[in-house]
Amino acid sequence: MTDLKYLLFLGCVIPYRISSYEISSRKVLNKLDVELVEMPEFNCCGLPIDAVNHEAKLTLAARNLCLAEDQGLNVLTLCPGCAGSLRKTNMALLEDKKLKKRINGYLKEVGLEFKGGKIKVKHIIQILIEDIGLEKIKETIVKPLSELKVAEHNGCHVLRPTKYIGFDDPENPVLLKMLIEATGAQCMDYLYETDCCGAPIVGVNDKIPLYLAGDKLRNIKAVNAQALITVCPFCHLMFDVNQPRIEELLSEKFGIPVLHYTQLLGLAMGLSPKELAIDELRVKPQSILNTT
Amino acid sequence: MSENKAVTGTKLRLIKMGDLDPTFKYKIGEISGLENLKLCFQCGTCTADCPIARFSEIYNPRKLLRMTLLGMKERVLSSEAIWLCAACFTCVDHCPQGVDIAAVLRALRNMAAVEGVLPPVFEEIIRNIKTTGCAYRIPELRLKNRIKKGLPPLPKTNVDAIAKLLDILDVTNMKTEKS
Repeated sequence: MTDLKYLLFLGCVIPYRISSYEISSRKVLNKLDVELVEMPEFNCCGLPIDAVNHEAKLTLAARNLCLAEDQGLNVLTLCPGCAGSLRKTNMALLEDKKLKKRINGYLKEVGLEFKGGKIKVKHIIQILIEDIGLEKIKETIVKPLSELKVAEHNGCHVLRPTKYIGFDDPENPVLLKMLIEATGAQCMDYLYETDCCGAPIVGVNDKIPLYLAGDKLRNIKAVNAQALITVCPFCHLMFDVNQPRIEELLSEKFGIPVLHYTQLLGLAMGLSPKELAIDELRVKPQSILNTT
Repeated sequence: MSENKAVTGTKLRLIKMGDLDPTFKYKIGEISGLENLKLCFQCGTCTADCPIARFSEIYNPRKLLRMTLLGMKERVLSSEAIWLCAACFTCVDHCPQGVDIAAVLRALRNMAAVEGVLPPVFEEIIRNIKTTGCAYRIPELRLKNRIKKGLPPLPKTNVDAIAKLLDILDVTNMKTEKS
């Protein structure tokens, strides 16, 4: 059994808008005997300014990695965007010595040095699968959700690019489905399952992301899923908070509640909807709470 | 769809050799990870599998790659299309030539940013990171609410260090379209 102690990298969007993901994650990780250490002085993972200046993204990510190296702990992130940014930087700087030297040149100005190869960065679902394991998760289930049919949306940065992420098959991802099935719920397949939710371009285009997410919601509804399960704060915003806007634009009613995986798992662990901050969801999941 | 228009002659735009920058592809190809750029053989897998292209008439990664290889620097860098890539990396995984298409788009955006055609949304993100360390400005009330909800206080970052790094990297002087 590995030591289940991690440095928690919260990122920006979760404390900004989606505390329900943080609250439910802390609760279920606690039930699974995971110890979380708050990451001191962390900053943005860098991804939001990758489009502006790639070296700045690498530098911001590397600063976080230096802080983790100082603590000597592997990093757990709830946001796949943060996981992707930190993982890629961690690997790219090891692969490319010139790049590492340049980034370290910037970091030296603030008294830091990226060493590399000392720590790992993992998204929560990778930790649930690889470090905790399905067996241990199943042992904590006291209220199997066997009446529930749901669909999953992994989020791009949990799956791709294979070169830097690659712990699940991006063409036919199964790990989140297995985690969902561990709660007793049934996980439905649907059309265009691995497509992006559109959230990354919300700031530059006001229609395409809504069409894209709307198309996914339509395909999810077509297989009679009672809820959508996500593991990314941006995907969650897109499908939950923006669902009324999507419905208005497409003149279509979906009414699909969107739960963080950690909320679904928490319900199956016997935690109350209040403890899991389920009341913070925009699309009220009353129908599924009645089933569980 | 725009190709059809070109075929029927309704929106044909001539490419003048003199307007091309033949060094453009080399400048991009020398960026770490983009060495394969010139291997693109225009199969169009990137566009066929792109979720954004399914819903956009102007976003066509195959075409952007071709324009880049031809050296159509000005048209590419001023194009609205380069900002539509959602960085889902589907094309990166599917490209038979191993071209990191998402990284090409990123490099084009980085160059456009230097030329001052950055979409306004980035101005706020840069300012927020510089002043708070986070891409979004988290209101005081929300920080206080964390305690009410039983969450630990959010660790404070070293704002001086972040601002210094952004200044060294020349990020803070970027100008957006409307500024």
